[in-house]
Amino acid sequence: MPAFDNNISLSDERNIDTVHKAIIFENVSIGFEDVPVLDGVSFELRRGETKVIMGVAGSGKSTILKLCLGLLKPDSGHIYVLGHDITTMTEEELFELRNKVGIVFQESALFDSLNVRDNVAFRLMEEHLPAAEVEKRVRESLSFVELEAAIDKFPAELSGGMRRRVGIARAIITQPEVLLYDSPTGGLDPITSTTIIELIMKQRDVFKTSALMVTHRLQDGFTLATHYFDPATRHMKPSDGMPSQDIRTSFMILREGKAVFEGSAHELGQVQDPYIKEYIS
Amino acid sequence: MELVSPFDFVKRSVLAVQEYAYLSVRSLANLFRKPLYMADTIQQADLIGVGSLPIVVLTGMFTGIVLALNTSKTLEQFGSLSLTGRLVSFSMVRELGPVLTSLMVAGRNASGMASELGSMKVTEQIDAMRALGTDPYKKLVTPRVISTVFMMFFLTIISDLVGLIGGWIISFSMLGLDSTQYWNSAYQALHYNDVITGLAKPLVFGFIIATVGCYFGMTTKGGTQGVGRSTTEAVVWASVIILAVDAVLTQLFITLS
Repeated sequence: MPAFDNNISLSDERNIDTVHKAIIFENVSIGFEDVPVLDGVSFELRRGETKVIMGVAGSGKSTILKLCLGLLKPDSGHIYVLGHDITTMTEEELFELRNKVGIVFQESALFDSLNVRDNVAFRLMEEHLPAAEVEKRVRESLSFVELEAAIDKFPAELSGGMRRRVGIARAIITQPEVLLYDSPTGGLDPITSTTIIELIMKQRDVFKTSALMVTHRLQDGFTLATHYFDPATRHMKPSDGMPSQDIRTSFMILREGKAVFEGSAHELGQVQDPYIKEYIS
Repeated sequence: MELVSPFDFVKRSVLAVQEYAYLSVRSLANLFRKPLYMADTIQQADLIGVGSLPIVVLTGMFTGIVLALNTSKTLEQFGSLSLTGRLVSFSMVRELGPVLTSLMVAGRNASGMASELGSMKVTEQIDAMRALGTDPYKKLVTPRVISTVFMMFFLTIISDLVGLIGGWIISFSMLGLDSTQYWNSAYQALHYNDVITGLAKPLVFGFIIATVGCYFGMTTKGGTQGVGRSTTEAVVWASVIILAVDAVLTQLFITLS
């Protein structure tokens, strides 16, 4: 029996390991207008792990993230987030759980009628925290993404990369236990993409946050798997395969709603499946 | 244009009615659940109420003028020109004030709500709000419903009053009627039941305007084209439902009286 069994939390009359696993998908299927999008997908996200989800457009990557937040309900299967079976929870119950899960949307989804300060502070203002506390935490969060100067700007005044960074600041302001990134580098130039990946790496290595990252860009995943964030230089550095850096990045590839690969960067490089070889080539 | 089978059409229609009913019930149920978002409600009341005031005043004024002009022609034939105030007052308070005000507010605000919420829907801002732990029905829909119902009541009173003034201007300046005679006639035409009818209708119409506008906004699909479609449908359906419900309410109040 594994050593961590003593710390297992009970959830929905089943033993769910919430100490080591942040998200568990059990045979999850969902379709829209009779078209299956996910077909019996199962995977686990361990605490502190970043799982990179890849696949062609329409393979169900973004749907997985929306399912994790309960924004969509699966047709069948179970999804456990931080020990809660969210497939059986009501919307009201989900609102509380969502405070522990942050998401960065594909197009940032910033509230266009609010400035950067109010966008980042949205969750804190909904909790009616004191104004001084809100201001302090907003500045901390914006400082993390190096965007303090844009605090009074509106989303329309920001570039695509800046909007994505504000999205990250908004997602991390409550220090969630799980972060979901939906194509965080999509449509950005290579330099801005590297900045975003470095921020994701910083969140992973400094705060040990579990994360699911959907991306089309293979190099983003490999950068995460082969680099670590160095707090001294405030930049990422190659890990050179050193296990002591505690880098935990895994990959999952979706094809027509099914997970056709799950494993490490090394295993992905060794795979013989023709479809995956063509995908990563 | 996409061809839809009759079965799919019925299925979609039933689903739409179900979703609309769900939104309507939820918008009311949220009145009894915290937080109440008073600041958002006051902001919406300002946008809907104060913002609609110019068009409501103009609509009321011209309706009163037209009513006085049209009725005077008929009344003149029977030598009853002095009853102009009575007809203007009865028509404005009981029917035209509530209905025309509602149609104008629907044109302005149901479309505004549908386009604003629709844009938020297609840019994932509604999903972002849910993801950030906030109920969009509570934050966006309920304040709009409360403020529209509340402001429709007062807008209708203003419209009725301005309509009566419009009728008085015509009666005094063109028909040569005495002011006291006009206002006395207008006042005497109204019974308690007429005033209740005229003030109850805008509450129902306000609810229809806000829920229909929010429903089409919250169910928008298909990018900017979808936002445009939702906006148009919100105005059309809000107007049609207001007129249909007006027929039912008129008969109901006649029966009750």
